[in-house]
Amino acid sequence: MTTEQKPGPIVQYQDVNKVYRGGNVAVEHITLTIDQGDFVCLIGTSGSGKTTTMRMINRMLEPTGGTILFKGQDIHKQDPVALRRHIGYVIQNIGLMPHMTLYENITLVPKLLKWPEEKRRAKAEELIKMVDLPVDYLDRYPAELSGGQQQRIGVIRALAANQDLILMDEPFGALDPITRESLQDLVKNLQQKLGKTVVFVTHDMDEALKLATKIVVMDGGHIIQTATPTELLQHPATPFVRELIGEERLIQARADVTTVGAIMLKNPVSITPGKSLVEAIQLMRDRRVDTLLVVDDNGYLKGFIDIESLTRQYAKSTAVADIMQKKLFYVQESALLRDSVDRILKRGLKYVPVVDQDNKLKGIVTRAALVDMVYDTIWGDNADHDAQAPATDAEPQAGGDQNG
Amino acid sequence: MANMNTWQQFFYYMTTNGSYVLSQFTRHFLISIYGVLIAAVIGIPIGLFIARNRKLSSTIIGIANVIQTIPSLAMLSIIMLGLGLGVNTVIVTVFLYSLLPIIKNTYTGMVSVDPTVIDSAKGMGMTSFQRLYMVEVPLSMSVIMAGIRNALVVAIGITAIGAFVGAGGLGDIIIRGTNATNGGAIILAGALPTALMAIIADLVLGFVQRRLEPKESSH
Ligand SMILES: Nc1ncnc2c1ncn2[C@@H]1O[C@H](COP(=O)(O)OP(=O)(O)OP(=O)(O)O)[C@@H](O)[C@H]1O
Ligand SMILES: [Mg+2]
Repeated sequence: MTTEQKPGPIVQYQDVNKVYRGGNVAVEHITLTIDQGDFVCLIGTSGSGKTTTMRMINRMLEPTGGTILFKGQDIHKQDPVALRRHIGYVIQNIGLMPHMTLYENITLVPKLLKWPEEKRRAKAEELIKMVDLPVDYLDRYPAELSGGQQQRIGVIRALAANQDLILMDEPFGALDPITRESLQDLVKNLQQKLGKTVVFVTHDMDEALKLATKIVVMDGGHIIQTATPTELLQHPATPFVRELIGEERLIQARADVTTVGAIMLKNPVSITPGKSLVEAIQLMRDRRVDTLLVVDDNGYLKGFIDIESLTRQYAKSTAVADIMQKKLFYVQESALLRDSVDRILKRGLKYVPVVDQDNKLKGIVTRAALVDMVYDTIWGDNADHDAQAPATDAEPQAGGDQNG
Repeated sequence: MANMNTWQQFFYYMTTNGSYVLSQFTRHFLISIYGVLIAAVIGIPIGLFIARNRKLSSTIIGIANVIQTIPSLAMLSIIMLGLGLGVNTVIVTVFLYSLLPIIKNTYTGMVSVDPTVIDSAKGMGMTSFQRLYMVEVPLSMSVIMAGIRNALVVAIGITAIGAFVGAGGLGDIIIRGTNATNGGAIILAGALPTALMAIIADLVLGFVQRRLEPKESSH
C-alpha cells in the first residue's frame, strides 16, 4: 500500500453546503481541491465551519448540497463504513478506547479489515517505535499514559491501516505548548516520510504556518482564502485574514517575504565611463558620497570608482573608465531580503548596488536600510509601542527612503 | 427444647434440619436468580434499544417505574390470580421488579459512555453493531452489573414473601416459625440465611461490578 501514487486530487469539494436541522447554515459554497501529499490546515474563528467542513469528508456529516469526491469517486455513492476505514481520524479529545490496550486500540481498524494477527502485531510494533514509545507499552491501557503519549497513540492509530488521508480536528489543542510542539514535529515528519495527505483543523496560526502546505482560512462558513503559508503572509486577501495572522507575524515575516527591491533606495548616484575624473569629483562633492557606480549609456552596471583610487590615479588618468573597478558585489532586485541580508552584512559594505535581471542598475541597499528593517521587527514585537504600531503598516520601503 | 434459649434452639434446629434449610436456601436462591436472569435477558436489550432511540426512554422507564411502585404483596396476589399458586408466580413477580433497575442502568450506562469515544469509533469505520458490542456495551457493563446487583438483592426479599403463594424457599421456614408457638428460633433459621444470601449476593456482584469498571484516566 506504500506504492507511489501519482499526485493528483485526493479530495475535491464542489460547491458544498451544509445546513443543519433548524436552518443553521454551517458552511456554504465550499469549493476546494486537496492534492495527494498536501498538508491542509483549516483555520478560522470558532464556529466558522472548520469541523463541519472536515467531517463531511468521511461522511460523519452529510452535505446538504454539492458533491465531495474522494480519489475521484463521489463519496455519497460509497458505503460510509468502508470509506471511514480508509481515512484516518484523530480528534481533540483523543478518543482512545479506555477498555482496550494500546495494541487493541492501534490495530482496531486493521482488525475490522480482518488483517491476520501477525500482520497486526507487526504493524503495531512498527508504529509504536515511530513515536518513541517502548514496545511493551502495547499491553498498557490508555489511562496509564500521559495526555501527550495518548495522543501519539491517537496519531499512529490513524495510520495503522495505511490510510492515505488523515483527518485531524484540533488534535493538539488540549496539550501543553512543549508537548504540542513535539507532536507537531512528529506529525509533520510522519506526513512527509510516509507521503500522507493531512486535513488539519486548528485555530492556532503558528501551528498552521508551521505545518501546512496549504492554509484554508474560513469565516462564517465561507472559505476566505486558500494559499501557501508564504503567500498568505505576503498577500493576506482581506483585513480579516490580516487580523487572523496578526501584525506581529506579518512584520516578522516581512524579512522572509520582502524583496531587496522593496527596500532599496532608488536613483543612486552614478556616472558613465566616458565622463572625466574632474566631473566625477564634482559629482561626489555635490552629492556628498565617496563612491560612484558606473553605468553605461543604457543603464547597465559596469563597475564603480571610489575616492581612494581617484586620488591615487588622478594624475595619470582622465576618464572614469580608466580607474573603474569592475569587480563588485551586487544583488538582484527580485532577491528575497532574507537571502541577501547576511551576505550584505558579512561583507561589511556600506551599500550594495541592486540590479534587475538584465543587469541594469536600479538602486542601492544601504546598511542603514537593513538596520531599519531589523529595528522594525523588534519594534513590532514590543507591545509597549502599540500606539505607534499603525506606522509599521506603511509600505516596507518607507524605512529605506528615510536614508536618502 | 423449652429449657434452651432462642440461640440454642436455633443451633439445635439447624443441626437437626440442616438439609431442609439448605434445600430451601437453594430453592430460594434459584427462584431469585431465574427472575433476575429473565429480567436481564429482556431488560438489557430494552435498555440498549431506548439508548439508541432516546425518545422512547421516558415512556419505557416510566412504565417500569409504575411496576416498581406496586407493593410486592399486592403484585404477588395479582399475578397469583393469573398464574395460580406456586413458584411461577414468584418468578414472574421477581422478573417484573427486576426490570426497572436493569433497564434503567443499561440505559444510563449506555448514555454515559464518553461521546468522543463513540465518535472516534464511528469515525474509524465501525458499524453500528460493532460499536454496540465492542465499545458501548463493554463500557457500560459495570453500570449494567450494578443494576443486576440491585435487582438480585430486591429479588431475594421478594422471594421470601413468595412463600405465601406456596413457592417454598426460606420464607417457608419463616412462616412455619410464625405459626409455631415459641417459633422464634425457626424464624431465625429462615431469616438469617435470607439476610446472608442478600449480603453475599451484594458483595459478590459488587466485586464483579468493580472488575468491569473501565479504568479511569488520570487526566
Ligand atoms: N449539530 C449541529 N447542529 C446545529 N448547528 C451546528 C451543529 N454543529 C455545528 N453547528 C453550527 O455550525 C457552525 C459551524 O460549526 P463548526 O463546528 O463546523 O465550527 P468550527 O469552525 O469547527 O468551530 P470551533 O473552532 O469552535 O470548533 C456553527 O455556527 C455551529 O453553531
Ligand atoms: Mg471545531
